[in-house]
Amino acid sequence: MTQPAAATGDPAPIRVVLAKLGLDGHDRGLKVVARMLRDAGMEVIYLGLRQTTGTVVAAAEQEDADVVGLSMHNAGHLALAPRIMRALTDAGLGVPVVIGGIVPEADVRTLKEMGISAVLHPGASAVEVAEAVRDAVSGPLGDRPARC
Amino acid sequence: MPQPGELLERSIAGERRALGRLLSLVEHGGAPADEIVELVHSRAPAEAPVIGITGAPGTGKSTLVGHLAVEMAGTGGRPAVLAVDPSSPLTGGAILGDRIRMDGVAAGRAFIRSMATRGHAGGLALAVPAALRLFEACGYGPLVVETVGVGQVEVDVTRTADTTVVMMAPGMGDAVQANKAGLLEVADVIVVNKADRPGADDTRRDLEHMLDLGRITGLAGAAQHWRPEIIMTTAAAGDGADRVHEAIRAHRAHLAETGRLQARRQARIRQEVLDRVTQHLGATASQYLSTQPAALREALEGHSTPAATSAKIIEHLLSNQPPG
Repeated sequence: MTQPAAATGDPAPIRVVLAKLGLDGHDRGLKVVARMLRDAGMEVIYLGLRQTTGTVVAAAEQEDADVVGLSMHNAGHLALAPRIMRALTDAGLGVPVVIGGIVPEADVRTLKEMGISAVLHPGASAVEVAEAVRDAVSGPLGDRPARC
Repeated sequence: MPQPGELLERSIAGERRALGRLLSLVEHGGAPADEIVELVHSRAPAEAPVIGITGAPGTGKSTLVGHLAVEMAGTGGRPAVLAVDPSSPLTGGAILGDRIRMDGVAAGRAFIRSMATRGHAGGLALAVPAALRLFEACGYGPLVVETVGVGQVEVDVTRTADTTVVMMAPGMGDAVQANKAGLLEVADVIVVNKADRPGADDTRRDLEHMLDLGRITGLAGAAQHWRPEIIMTTAAAGDGADRVHEAIRAHRAHLAETGRLQARRQARIRQEVLDRVTQHLGATASQYLSTQPAALREALEGHSTPAATSAKIIEHLLSNQPPG
């Protein structure tokens, strides 16, 4: 007995959890990104506004996320990035994190040193967004065996 | 990657990410999925209540499910939710937006898993029962399956539940719409959500009227004299979830008292076997057409009808595929 997906050898679609942490109400960009990733053939678990590190971690676990995408528009990225990375690590999840939003160029390196896989800026094209997610999945953190 | 057996042990011990992984394997199908189903079988007696929730998009299914999960957790349950949303037929992608409505209230009280239809109806029909059994093996129950009630597949998936809740909202059509065949016929509990909106009482009246008609034509008799209760809710405010929970429990008690629970479960097993056989035969036929293009030639050139060609292929395939 074989089911279609595996029978045709298709890989499972990439699953992305998308969220905004805390009191950051600008979710229009995140909705656009959700649509971009959907149209790139990915499955987007959309959590939307006012999430906590706890709800994001729970979603990443329960949904078996390949990538966590966080949108940040309130200049909180340097405070929030280490928290989410610590929460994911504490839960034993090595899932890659991509941040998108208003992030000064000068902070990108700091975020990457904190373990963020990629940072997307306003104006990123649909192709760039999908590529960043795919690269994160195929990067060192996206390795499924490392996660389980 | 850890083997399914190890993942299952870890899932049973309460490790959420291990269960998340197993659900992905089950969803993806193939040999690993079959292995998991075998492993889980002895640990899941299929006794956990299965509740299907379906209805048109935007009627408030996910919002209600979030509150229902709270009710279930509050009465000693360990609810798990399978939220099914459609995949894009063009790209295969999906936006799974059920969790956003549930997390606010149900976070920490339920295991919530979103599942995309992934374009292959048969795959979903196999993945849902497998995922439910997996949940049960890990100590979860009641189990809730939420689907958009727009296609036959989605309706079928919920139909295999012990109790099917159909959600409606005011302003979505009159009695004639409600009388069209489909969703309402599978309802064990009917919820009219957004009861604070104008027209909610009209919707309720139309539904009551339709249920009365079912009694006149005798269809209600076929359903063992169970008349679905119509429950008015305002899910966004959490109002009415307790009454829906109560109605679900009442229906389940009714099933148990009348012996229908056993019948429904047997129907579910029958359906699952049928789905698996159908899937296998479909895959075999598809493979045959790919590897034997000559079999199609007569039909393609117009010398034979698709019906005659398929009859020939069926005969050939069945004669070469003895059972067992």
